Amino acid sequence: MSDLETFRKDTKAWLEANCPAEMRQPPRSEDDTCWGGRRWKFQSDAQRVWLERMAEKGWTVPDWPREYGGGGLSRDQLKILRQEMRALGCRSPLDSFGIWMLGPALLKYGNEEQKHEHLPKIARGEIRWCQGYSEPGAGSDLASLQTRAEDKGDNFLVNGSKIWTSYADRADWIFCLVRTDPNSPKHSGISFLLFDMQSPGVSTKPITLISGASPFCETFFDDVLVPKHNLVGTLNKGWEIAKYLLTHERDMIGGMGSTSDSRSLGQSAAESVGLENGVLGDTVLRSQIASYEIDAAAFRLTMERAGDLAKVGQAHPAISSLLKYYGTELNKRRLELTMSAGGSDALEWEGEKSREGFTARAWLRSKANSIEGGTSEVQLNIIAKRILGLPGA
Amino acid sequence: MPLVLNDEQTMLRDNARGFLSKNAGIAHLRQLRDSRDETGFSRKLWKDFVEMGWAGILIPQNYGGLGLGHVEAGVVMEELGRTLTPSPFLSTALIAASAITHAGNEKQKSHYLPKIAAGELIATLAIDETSKHRPENIALTATRSGAGYALKGAKTFVVDGHVADLLIVAARTSATPGETKGLTLFLIDSKTKGVNAERTPMVDTHNSARITFDNVTILADAVLGKIDEAWEALEGALNVGRAAIASELLGAGEEAFARTVRYLRERKQFGRLIGEFQALQHRAANLYCELELTRSVVLKALQTLDESFANAGAIVSIAKAKAGATATLAVQEAVQMHGGIGMTDEFDVGLFMKRVRVGQELFGDANFHADRLARLSHY
Repeated sequence: MSDLETFRKDTKAWLEANCPAEMRQPPRSEDDTCWGGRRWKFQSDAQRVWLERMAEKGWTVPDWPREYGGGGLSRDQLKILRQEMRALGCRSPLDSFGIWMLGPALLKYGNEEQKHEHLPKIARGEIRWCQGYSEPGAGSDLASLQTRAEDKGDNFLVNGSKIWTSYADRADWIFCLVRTDPNSPKHSGISFLLFDMQSPGVSTKPITLISGASPFCETFFDDVLVPKHNLVGTLNKGWEIAKYLLTHERDMIGGMGSTSDSRSLGQSAAESVGLENGVLGDTVLRSQIASYEIDAAAFRLTMERAGDLAKVGQAHPAISSLLKYYGTELNKRRLELTMSAGGSDALEWEGEKSREGFTARAWLRSKANSIEGGTSEVQLNIIAKRILGLPGA
Repeated sequence: MPLVLNDEQTMLRDNARGFLSKNAGIAHLRQLRDSRDETGFSRKLWKDFVEMGWAGILIPQNYGGLGLGHVEAGVVMEELGRTLTPSPFLSTALIAASAITHAGNEKQKSHYLPKIAAGELIATLAIDETSKHRPENIALTATRSGAGYALKGAKTFVVDGHVADLLIVAARTSATPGETKGLTLFLIDSKTKGVNAERTPMVDTHNSARITFDNVTILADAVLGKIDEAWEALEGALNVGRAAIASELLGAGEEAFARTVRYLRERKQFGRLIGEFQALQHRAANLYCELELTRSVVLKALQTLDESFANAGAIVSIAKAKAGATATLAVQEAVQMHGGIGMTDEFDVGLFMKRVRVGQELFGDANFHADRLARLSHY
């Protein structure tokens, strides 16, 4: 048996022995997924046990080095772990922006002290992070951000505000883009800071969205003191880190639609709309769903291929823009079709039957996918310029 | 299996690309078209293909072939798509060779396969009877007659039908049109009495024919595979053809796109390069994404044919549907973005549009395959 086959066998056995039955059901609400942090309240013992066991193995962050709390897995091993988790229907033990975004950036740009300080706490779900990027005047044009950090000897003094800060009200720490040199051109003069959200002068205000939920906040910084050792990378060179992190954010958002539903859209539509002579009663919807399923399959394979290309060093650095653009547009399509298949049932906003309007809220939430992390239009700009080499405006 | 070509496959692709661009570019297609070539492809070029082993690419080595897989076959098809090269590669080396390899008995395999690999036999599958691809609706009948069968009916859209030496004919031996049972495949010499092939010149200048079978009598040993139960073998051969066409469509779509992006970078209007206009940039970027998705799914379909031939139906349909839709978008955008010059016969992009339209239709268009996928998924 090859090493990888042994790994697969052992992984499968370990998951079967250690993943609680409850953690093998698809999540039914946002809180069914553990986000960790100082203030996290576990939904159940099973959720806590599953996180602890996976963190112990380093499998909340399977491909991070072991010394920072990771599992030290190779790409092939990671693929196998994901396949076996999917086969058993295991939930993710821990989701967080620390895992998806800050971690990769710290691994590349952080110093040893920062890595040892922050990465293991992310891996164990002890600290929940939020992302301080967009500002009221800096959305798609992110680099025009105005939040400033002044040099005050041992500290920076941070003043300004952020917007669309996901879960800022529940986060423990923030990774934040600040302007440290107001006189240089906009892409220079930006730095990448980490600080505690409990620092004096930090306040947050949730924004209610069309879905009724408030996943995003306005975040205000009023004379916040941040120790200088919390600067990641070089002063005024934070834009490079910002962009690197964005590629991870885009992969994360782009991949959302493809993993959330194990059942095919066609099968769930068959239940709600009904079949006539073995085919979906609404034949126009049927062809739209089939066309969606074709694109969704091609997209899943493209994510897989992007990973395979990265492994042999052939992936284009801007491939994450493709995944972000296509994945989010696809997810919006999926939810439009889900609404269409669900008919009036899918419109229910409250009550047990609709699980408090689960479908309608998910549909509305999906509209942000092609805006957050860089709009679809920004991704198309990046593809046009960086991949196709079309002349810039 | 990783979704990337391995070193040997990459080398095959580079060699094929080099050879075809030098010996069989668009000028070659134009020459065949403008001279109204009666064969519809160059026998000299086919001989070169044979020498490179391509005629026997799928044929096992013990029958004189290279014994390579569908990924390799797809790599060559994609390159043929870039140059729009007409050849019997699809009909003979892929579909017919695969049908005989999978369904044939020892005698049939040792008789036909070495001849195909040696370039001595052009063979093709005759399947469609109506203007849309509906394989279960086959109505051409084969009835018992003496020691063999008598065939009556007609086939259309038969690739290389007017030059084929050997026809693989899908016929109904029992049950009724619309049913997948009751079908049988026959190996029929095209010179048999009662077989009449009429070339149907198509929009893309590639070969197609209508063939009538007027009480064609053949011996029982002409049966390929199982009597009344050819559906599985037929699906297998069609899946090979569909995945191959998907590869060709990918190649044609990518080439049309590459030419368009080049044009966007050099054409000036309003004092600017037209590639500076965001309206065009975004459409080009979207098309790039569609082509990348198509590449992933086509490769997966080819790999699945290699790894699990009998279970490739769904992924092949996904690949054919996606490739058809993407290539169609690519050629439409190519003509539109080239503007007036894209409408001229002198300029090449129109030739891509023509071939893609035929490829989209061949062995089921995107609608057919979307429907097939929905059926396979029970909705």
